[in-house]
Amino acid sequence: MIEAKDITKLYKLGGDEVHALAGVSLKIKDGEMVSIMGPSGSGKSTLMAILGCLDTPTSGEYYVDDKPVAKLKENQLANLRAHKIGFVFQQFNLLPRTSALENVMLPLTYDGTKIKDRITRAEAALEIVGLKDRMKHHPNQLSGGQQQRVAIARALVNDPAILLADEPTGNLDSKTGAEIMALFQDLHNDKHQTVIYVTHDAFIARHTNRIIHLMDGKVVHDEINKNPIKAGTERPDDLLFNNNGNGAKEKQK
Amino acid sequence: MNVINNIRIAIRALRSNMLRSSLTVLGIVIGVAAVVALLSIGRGATQGITSQVEGMGTNLVTVSSSRRFGPGGSSSTQTLLYSDYEAIVSKVNNIAGIAPYYSSQETVSTTNKTSTYNVTGVTTSYQDVTLQTIGTGRFFTSEDGLAKKRVAVIGATVSSDLFEGLNPIGRTIKINNVDFEVIGVLASKGTSGFMSGDSTVLIPLETGYSKVYGTRAMSNGKNTLSGISISAKDAESVNTVISECENVLRSQHKLGLNDDLGFSVSSQAQMLSSLSTITDTLTAFLGAIAGISLLVGGIGIMNITLVSVTERTREIGLRKAVGAPRKAILFQFLVETVTLSLIGGVLGIALGAAIAGVFTFLGLIKAAVTADVLVLAFTFSALIGLFFGLYPAWQASKLSPIEALRYE
Repeated sequence: MIEAKDITKLYKLGGDEVHALAGVSLKIKDGEMVSIMGPSGSGKSTLMAILGCLDTPTSGEYYVDDKPVAKLKENQLANLRAHKIGFVFQQFNLLPRTSALENVMLPLTYDGTKIKDRITRAEAALEIVGLKDRMKHHPNQLSGGQQQRVAIARALVNDPAILLADEPTGNLDSKTGAEIMALFQDLHNDKHQTVIYVTHDAFIARHTNRIIHLMDGKVVHDEINKNPIKAGTERPDDLLFNNNGNGAKEKQK
Repeated sequence: MNVINNIRIAIRALRSNMLRSSLTVLGIVIGVAAVVALLSIGRGATQGITSQVEGMGTNLVTVSSSRRFGPGGSSSTQTLLYSDYEAIVSKVNNIAGIAPYYSSQETVSTTNKTSTYNVTGVTTSYQDVTLQTIGTGRFFTSEDGLAKKRVAVIGATVSSDLFEGLNPIGRTIKINNVDFEVIGVLASKGTSGFMSGDSTVLIPLETGYSKVYGTRAMSNGKNTLSGISISAKDAESVNTVISECENVLRSQHKLGLNDDLGFSVSSQAQMLSSLSTITDTLTAFLGAIAGISLLVGGIGIMNITLVSVTERTREIGLRKAVGAPRKAILFQFLVETVTLSLIGGVLGIALGAAIAGVFTFLGLIKAAVTADVLVLAFTFSALIGLFFGLYPAWQASKLSPIEALRYE
């Protein structure tokens, strides 16, 4: 379970103070699948960095499994990330010239796992994402969807309390994107993995059970989505353009 | 975090940019090779000189006019006379052997070759006192001197220069246009550094006075000497021989106790230590110059690692995101730079030893590649990697994970 209380984050940009987050409070229980939605500049990346223990808030409190995080030092944060957090990025961020198996093993080199256990656990994680037969492949020998699966296996390998996904389908075509979304839904339904899904796409957000809307650094809406869309469903016409990320960005300009 | 894993990561990262890594390593290779080669050659020169000086006999005491350097060249302050030799023979104790000599540069020629050599007039005792060995033929007898025979014993180099492999025994050479018969060739003592005992021509001292040196070897109607070699009875008596010789010279030349002696009376041990000081200083100087090139190699490592840190910003961000603490990143890059410099160190030692080997093979100097030089070069290269890797590695470790992940 994670809990944020009145979190603010202040950036200084050339003398101006920018409130990336202006008092965000939220609570996410174990096993929930939540999306954090908002347009560019709404503060969702900043919130994700704080929820993922990559950064600390300017003020406010943050608890991961009842452990206070807001005041931790850099190395304590790293230790927390090694044990509690799994990241999936839009850009995959796999290490080149390194096999899928070794990529998945990477977090285990930093959390004190014994060498002989690393391989077993990495293989198990690759099996979950359906890539056990490709574990010797290097990223450049894998398709985009497969690369993202390796990245998801890497995020799962340390058995994290929270799986944080930042636009994980943003670089994939809609069919592959749907397969990745289906994988997240399976993880949620079958493994009861807590998933926080950061997106600007309302259609993608509708695949999760709860949608937190962020705007100008504040939570503006927190809704329960009783009937999440099953991955693979056609995008309905009303969500075709106006909430598409690129469309939204162009509108703002 | 474990060392072997980090070394594997480092080697993979270095191999992914083979050309760049090789060029960086080359900088260290040249530096280490220069250090190893120059130190080995320097050591070899020192050892060569030491063994040659020791080859002349450790109990050896040399008496000569001390030279004073000033405007107009060097001048002798006192002239060593043949009568000084006779006085030393009669008054100084503990002498096992004594050999007076007169030496000067003379033109030596055969029918088709002309060259300049040190022509030294010696007595029969010269061979024993200076530990010369005859290669072929014979040395002088006292009869050769008494009869002022025109006979010569030549060094190995002179023999090969003038006779080009022919047996010189019985052949004639001209010294200042005076015919001499070659009766012996000295066994080669080898060359090292400054001195060569092989390019010398020996003649009987009496013959030299009457046929070759002429008035140059005369002072106020008396025969002069270039020096006197004395071999003391044993190592303990060397110092008493020196002081007794000085006393004799003072009374012969009517010098007071406070007057400048004007002669140098020194033992081989003193000469050895002053020569060693010179060659050690030279070796250290050469090593320091080579060290500068190693330093430049280190800067190369730092430069390329800074580039590598920038290129791999996203990788660093990712490693941090999945839980790498600062010290893990620091260590990763340090292992890379130390791996680079150690590879350079090993190759450099091999190259340096090879260069030293070529010097030895060509017979220039017998280079001494000793273990301490290798350990020094290896340690120094590892330290270079560590020192010049520290800054880029520290830069990498302090990157913020969020900014690093967003880096394009």
